[in-house]
Amino acid sequence: MAMYSTKFLLIQCAKNNLQRCFSSQKGQVTSLYEFHIKNGGKMVNFGGYQLPVQYSDQSIVNSHIFTRKNASIFDVSHMLQTEIKGKHSIEYFETLCTADIKGLEENSSVLTVFTNENGGILDDLIVTKINEEFLYVVSNAAMKQQDQEIMSRGLNSFQKRVNSASDIRIQFFHTLERTLIALQGPKASTALQSITDLDLSKLYFMKTAVGSVANVQNCRISRCGYTGEDGFEISIPAERSENVVQTLLENSDVKLAGLGARDSLRLEAGLCLYGSDINGETTPVDAALTWLVAKKRRETKDFPGADKIVQQIKEGSKIKRVGITSSTGPPPRHGTIILSEDGQEIGEITSGCPSPTLEINVAMGYVPAKSSKVGTKVGLKIRGKQYNGIITKMPFVKSNYYNKVN
Amino acid sequence: MAVVPRIWCSFSKGVFHNNQFFTKSSNLKSFHTSLSVFSEKLFTAKHEWVQVDGKIGTVGISDYAQEALGDVVYAQLPDVGTVVKQKDECGALESVKAASEIYSPLSGKVVEKNVAVEETPSLINSSCYDKGWLFKLELTNETELSELMKEDKYKEFLKTEESH
Repeated sequence: MAMYSTKFLLIQCAKNNLQRCFSSQKGQVTSLYEFHIKNGGKMVNFGGYQLPVQYSDQSIVNSHIFTRKNASIFDVSHMLQTEIKGKHSIEYFETLCTADIKGLEENSSVLTVFTNENGGILDDLIVTKINEEFLYVVSNAAMKQQDQEIMSRGLNSFQKRVNSASDIRIQFFHTLERTLIALQGPKASTALQSITDLDLSKLYFMKTAVGSVANVQNCRISRCGYTGEDGFEISIPAERSENVVQTLLENSDVKLAGLGARDSLRLEAGLCLYGSDINGETTPVDAALTWLVAKKRRETKDFPGADKIVQQIKEGSKIKRVGITSSTGPPPRHGTIILSEDGQEIGEITSGCPSPTLEINVAMGYVPAKSSKVGTKVGLKIRGKQYNGIITKMPFVKSNYYNKVN
Repeated sequence: MAVVPRIWCSFSKGVFHNNQFFTKSSNLKSFHTSLSVFSEKLFTAKHEWVQVDGKIGTVGISDYAQEALGDVVYAQLPDVGTVVKQKDECGALESVKAASEIYSPLSGKVVEKNVAVEETPSLINSSCYDKGWLFKLELTNETELSELMKEDKYKEFLKTEESH
């Protein structure tokens, strides 16, 4: 899901020139680093990690389209994987985020946000309730240090209040301990089913299970992703990760994909990139993510910034994140000024790219709530020229999740 | 490269009986020519090239730049008549992953832009030294040419950290 983060290096270079775009300073490696190189990965430093932006066998556009038609593997090991165990783990974790984890079924995941006292979003993350005393959390790489502090400090203060919570244990996994890959696309489940002992037909969107993959035991398979397609995120003991990826690639419907395709896929799916589309200044209401604030938590109001957020839900926010498309001109990017029809500056684009699926430009950005209606015409100011855009419902490309049919 | 490849192709096939150099977009890497009927391509540190024929300089981006940029989907080129100074920002190329500004390698007046590239930006990827040229300049200060890199120097430059 909306999980990988940092200001996207390649998008952020919008203001730069050809020379400065392709920064490749060394960063930390993942367990698949050598594998990426061997397979033609063009490595870049992404939020402090050496990751492939694409592979030599496919352009970003082709890789993007391949994912929408077949299946792609993304290395997302840079993200922070955390396990929380012990009595009161759920009660503790709810003090940090907006999800109703108590009400969540076992082996289910939910997208949520860490918030600050002003209601701003400190990170977005997926929390999985494995059972009443065991949570598995995946959060953004670029926010790793901050998130560790949020969870550790939060635990300290929780334990001061609740004596019987003294046995809660947090384990932060190092990138080189647990590999995390995403297998995404309409052919992902067929490809994975042939090499796992789990019955994927019973593993619905946002559900999780542990099984073997390519004869590697103890792989956690979660049915979620960041592309809008059906797919999985698979957490693998790092020393065996190459086996899993290599075995998946024996299927001709599966290819490796990099950060480039990942960004355009998530944009088409209308999913936020932390640091670009949401940050500490935007509230879930501003970001059109009110649905992440669980009904029950609006009543209990016991997460950071709850009063402000609940008040905003009632009264509405001043600004709102919207989708914007344009069918002519260059793609609006992070920082592009949004104009009203009569030429007034009303907001800013937070991310955008040409959509390989739709062959128009897709973007998201913030505008005043009163101007946020779908169908509203806007102007986009790019390098001094003005182009026409229109506020458009997201996702831009219909999502294709594996939900239970009632 | 020191030739206009379009001319070079028809001219050279008979010589080499081998056209593999001319179908590859990376002919820069594999081939160095010393035919001096046409002037050499000169490169900037920002990965543009210019090839001068009399007072006219033809401008494009290097193979390294097109490959790094990826599929170009939109080309914003300077209009004919625009007067630019060396290193002025004068247009932009957009790919899925990024927007990159084009900087003029030399001072001059734009006398032609490549309309085919505006219509089919992928020409920049498939033929960055030939069909994917961007615009032509009537030069106003030829002494600026000395600030640009010849091909071998540019190739050395690409190996340095500075170029990335």
